[in-house]
Amino acid sequence: MKRIVLLIIILLILPGAAFGVQRFPPPEFETGHELPVTTVPNPRSEFLEYLDVVMLLVTLSLASYLALKKRSRRGLFFLGIFSLLYFGFWRKGCVCPIGAIQNMSLALFDKSYIPPITVIVFFVIPLAFTLFFGRTFCASVCPLGAIQDILLIRPLKVPSWVDNSLGVLAYLYFGAGVLFAATGSAFIICQYDPFVSFFRRSGSVSIIVIGICFLIIGMFVGRPYCRYLCPYSILLRLTSKGSKWHVSIAPGECINCRLCEDSCPFGAIRKPTQVQKDRKEGKKALTAMILLLPVLIALGALGGVSAGTPLSHVNSRVRLAERVWMEDTGKVTDTTEPSDAFRGTARPKDELYAEVVRINGKFAVGGGVFGGFVGLVIGSKLIQFSLRRRRVEYEADRSSCLSCGRCFAYCPVKKDSAIADA
Amino acid sequence: MKEEKDKLSRRDFIRSGIRGACLLGLGGVLGLFYNRARASDLVWQIDPYKCIQCGRCADNCVLEISAVKCVHNFNMCGYCRLCTGYFNPQPNALNTGAENQLCPLGAINRTFIEDPYYEYTIDESLCIGCGKCVKGCYSFGNGSLFLQVRHDRCLNCNDCSIARACPANAFKRVPYSQPYVFKEQKG
Repeated sequence: MKRIVLLIIILLILPGAAFGVQRFPPPEFETGHELPVTTVPNPRSEFLEYLDVVMLLVTLSLASYLALKKRSRRGLFFLGIFSLLYFGFWRKGCVCPIGAIQNMSLALFDKSYIPPITVIVFFVIPLAFTLFFGRTFCASVCPLGAIQDILLIRPLKVPSWVDNSLGVLAYLYFGAGVLFAATGSAFIICQYDPFVSFFRRSGSVSIIVIGICFLIIGMFVGRPYCRYLCPYSILLRLTSKGSKWHVSIAPGECINCRLCEDSCPFGAIRKPTQVQKDRKEGKKALTAMILLLPVLIALGALGGVSAGTPLSHVNSRVRLAERVWMEDTGKVTDTTEPSDAFRGTARPKDELYAEVVRINGKFAVGGGVFGGFVGLVIGSKLIQFSLRRRRVEYEADRSSCLSCGRCFAYCPVKKDSAIADA
Repeated sequence: MKEEKDKLSRRDFIRSGIRGACLLGLGGVLGLFYNRARASDLVWQIDPYKCIQCGRCADNCVLEISAVKCVHNFNMCGYCRLCTGYFNPQPNALNTGAENQLCPLGAINRTFIEDPYYEYTIDESLCIGCGKCVKGCYSFGNGSLFLQVRHDRCLNCNDCSIARACPANAFKRVPYSQPYVFKEQKG
């Protein structure tokens, strides 16, 4: 009983001791001076957060209407500028569906993080729209896409093998973004967003230089960030594949006139296929690739598990624990600010070590899943190349088409299927 | 011709399969977070009890002038004549001369109230959130000065760049309805 009383007394005294006791008692003024009140300015009104959601819905609906029904490139272009101004320069690029991937991953694996509804909605709505209308979000709602789209002045054709290999980067970026967010280590997708510093009109020098590089490259290579890095595009590609409706190049029946062949700056137009020869050979290659898939996944998973420990150093808690351990075992003689700060708190070391063991465990599993995912992506790409799809007309590849509507003007077919005079 | 029709329908079948699976997935996401979602937004704030006044808040905000500023809980203040948050460690004289002040921007105003008490107020338009005064007050005074994210300035980035740089893990997400973590008088 005595011990418990003692413990309670210690617990009551401890916070005072830890946070500095009142050294100088507050004065009692004889003149009756009133203490000023420290202001607490409110954050941006919550009403405006909901306005963002409404704006997202409106712009998405409008973009889908303009792309699929109205087939207006001009309309999509101006809507893109509006989105750039609203979601980009006015809202300063936060929160966006691309970054929301990380909030969702963190929420899935860290029960203490409770995501705000607006973030969930921002993540889900563009995907839901894509399931029905294709990637109209990319066409003119995403500010990152819009800033690149309006600067695209002289698009060069990217050879398809370069296009395909660079496309794998986006999957890696997506996987890494999810891994680091799920382990509560970092939000790398936000950290390395190349354009958000333009929206805020401030940022570190390195990220501004990267952003400018992206914009300059983007003048000649159509939307480099969207095609080769955007992590959200992974989800959009998948959902767009299953989209109920999608923009078509020709409003009616394609007449295979080849006029649109080079109109797409993003390499999303697929030509009609020639008559296939050597079916047997193709089947053989396909079987080999399908058999290769599990091997690649297993190899990736193995590599990922072993990469888990080095990757875990992205987490600041892991770095701190390592530092504290090194200082304790005399491997280093000086201390760092984080380790000093940690020692300043009364937190026991074992607690930190236990936390880091948990994080490392997450990284081992997460690294394995990440590696397996990379294997799956590469394997699926290989299978995709050995698949011989038959196409009888020019069509937009559903996963890579951004629904920007640039090809519309090239098609001589009129809406009622009649061929234009010219 | 028949074969072609078959192919088309197969493609459609795969497509609707993907669509169904994705819809299920999205529904799953919504269902999963249905009970856990937070109606109100989250904002960033500093836990003043964890803050070590390292000075990084001044340099690491994405804003040119940091959204973190010094605030004063007057209830805790001792109204000292020799304020260790206001004066240099070795001031020439206890007056408002710039050479005597700790604040590099002279953002703290010192007003005489009554003998021997002085009041210290922060001019937020000048404060850059370096925390020099906070350190001085914390080390030798009552600790009534502390750093807070000022929400009229904070952009509420999804990934707060000061939080990333904070060595003391003092940044946390707090609910919109309670956006400040103020120091309270102890005992």
